[in-house]
Amino acid sequence: MPLSKFTAPTSKEISFRMDKIPDHIWRQCPICHQSFYEKKLGQAGVCPECGYGFRLGAQKRVEQVADQFKPIDVDLKAPAQFQDAKYLAKLAKARQVTELNESVLTGIARTGKQCFGLGVMDSRFIMGSLGSATGEKITRLFEKCTQEKLPVILFTASGGARMQEGIHSLMQMAKISQAVAEHSVAGLLYVAVLTDPTTGGVTASYAMQADIILSEPRTLIGFAGRRVIEQTIHQKPPVDFQRAETLLKHGFLDAIVPRAELKTTLAKLLRWHQKGGQAE
Amino acid sequence: MSSSLTAYERVLAARKASKISIQTLINGLCDDFMAFHGDRAAGDDPAVIGGIGLLGEQPVTVVGIQKGDDLAENNARHFGCAEPEGYRKALRLMTQAEKFQRPIVALINTPGAFPGVDAEYHGQGSAIAQCLLTGLKLKVPYISVIVGEGGSGGALALAVGDTVWMFENSVYSILSPEGYATILWKDSRKAPEAAEQMGLTPEALKAAGIIDRIIPEVIDAASLASFKQALCQKLQQLQAQSVPELLSERRARYRQF
Repeated sequence: MPLSKFTAPTSKEISFRMDKIPDHIWRQCPICHQSFYEKKLGQAGVCPECGYGFRLGAQKRVEQVADQFKPIDVDLKAPAQFQDAKYLAKLAKARQVTELNESVLTGIARTGKQCFGLGVMDSRFIMGSLGSATGEKITRLFEKCTQEKLPVILFTASGGARMQEGIHSLMQMAKISQAVAEHSVAGLLYVAVLTDPTTGGVTASYAMQADIILSEPRTLIGFAGRRVIEQTIHQKPPVDFQRAETLLKHGFLDAIVPRAELKTTLAKLLRWHQKGGQAE
Repeated sequence: MSSSLTAYERVLAARKASKISIQTLINGLCDDFMAFHGDRAAGDDPAVIGGIGLLGEQPVTVVGIQKGDDLAENNARHFGCAEPEGYRKALRLMTQAEKFQRPIVALINTPGAFPGVDAEYHGQGSAIAQCLLTGLKLKVPYISVIVGEGGSGGALALAVGDTVWMFENSVYSILSPEGYATILWKDSRKAPEAAEQMGLTPEALKAAGIIDRIIPEVIDAASLASFKQALCQKLQQLQAQSVPELLSERRARYRQF
């Protein structure tokens, strides 16, 4: 066969063709690296190849899992003691991007006949880091639900501590744990849904303190970051080592639930615990 | 005088090889100490020491995170970085203390929880989370003392007592100043500036209401005796409280943050 049967397009032709394809029509999954037609992401925002749930803003998540939602503490902001200009600029930008006051959206939700406290962290807000106001909002959610005898469903998404708030960020882990413990002692249900990414101090506190711990496929969950492990002890972690599937295998998750089934699964769990538990 | 040291000099003092080891401190505080081992699930972490000792007249449960005195010991103890098995051992002993109404003393010297592949597989996050959840509700007096380094969540796991003290030459922070400098300025050599900014010294933390008391560095028999006396006095005071009082004050302590 003569080589000239096919002629390769010139670079000019290629760039002309590329211009005809609208931007963002193709998406690539950050986990399995498959490219796919964007429409295949669907309403839920899930990779059609591996089931990974693309990161969601808090408001979108609320729409996906609750019929009604009444937010609380919408004006609660990082305390005025933190005055670093760079940090304040970061906060301002995060508020603008997310339309949230802090890295978590909290409120009282309803799905069908079930009323529950709902908290959703937003990784777009300074990587969902645990600031003092984040901690205060989550603590108040648990306190309100303890008082009103409501279950709590919390979606975690966080890079961990908020460096700019230093030790005050660390103290949030203790403050929230205290509120979780009191909610639990009152015989109430707490379900945590670990979403991509859940790491650091959030993993080492309320993410791992729930009665039932769920996650979405392919979610990154861990305490120490991969780079920290590589640099500190010069171990090379395997590719999948902090994925939900690995945690399930090692016994740290109750179940991995595909995003499209989350709402019905959560509603079912709420129904099954309607009677509440025994208070200590 | 420690107060004349810069923040970073204080970091170095907290890490100094001559810093009293947790085991030496326990031996000095307790007339008799028996170490207990294992988490009853998977293993025994040498970085965490736990057991019962006599403090004055009464038996107390002591848990501690311990570095090594030499390289071999440091390798075995991961330079004071506890693994999940260590946190579970500590929690098991603290729960046992609650059952037998023994007070708890936690002595902390750790750069942070061990960052390793197996530690992750065995649930490092979960182990610390359980120490917090259960520790905050223990129905017995619980005193936490940061003796050297108090590194992040790995230290906090045992630092949720009724009162939290720090040795004069100790630091307590969200991460090491080197790590902080790397994250914020991409240059670990700026650790001294980071230390200044982080407010990790006992004085700064006491002023911020994070800790309650600064203990003069234990360097000899006299300073050891005064530390022991402070512990005994505080325990006596906490033991005079009813359980609801104890828990409600502990709750208030952590609710303010």
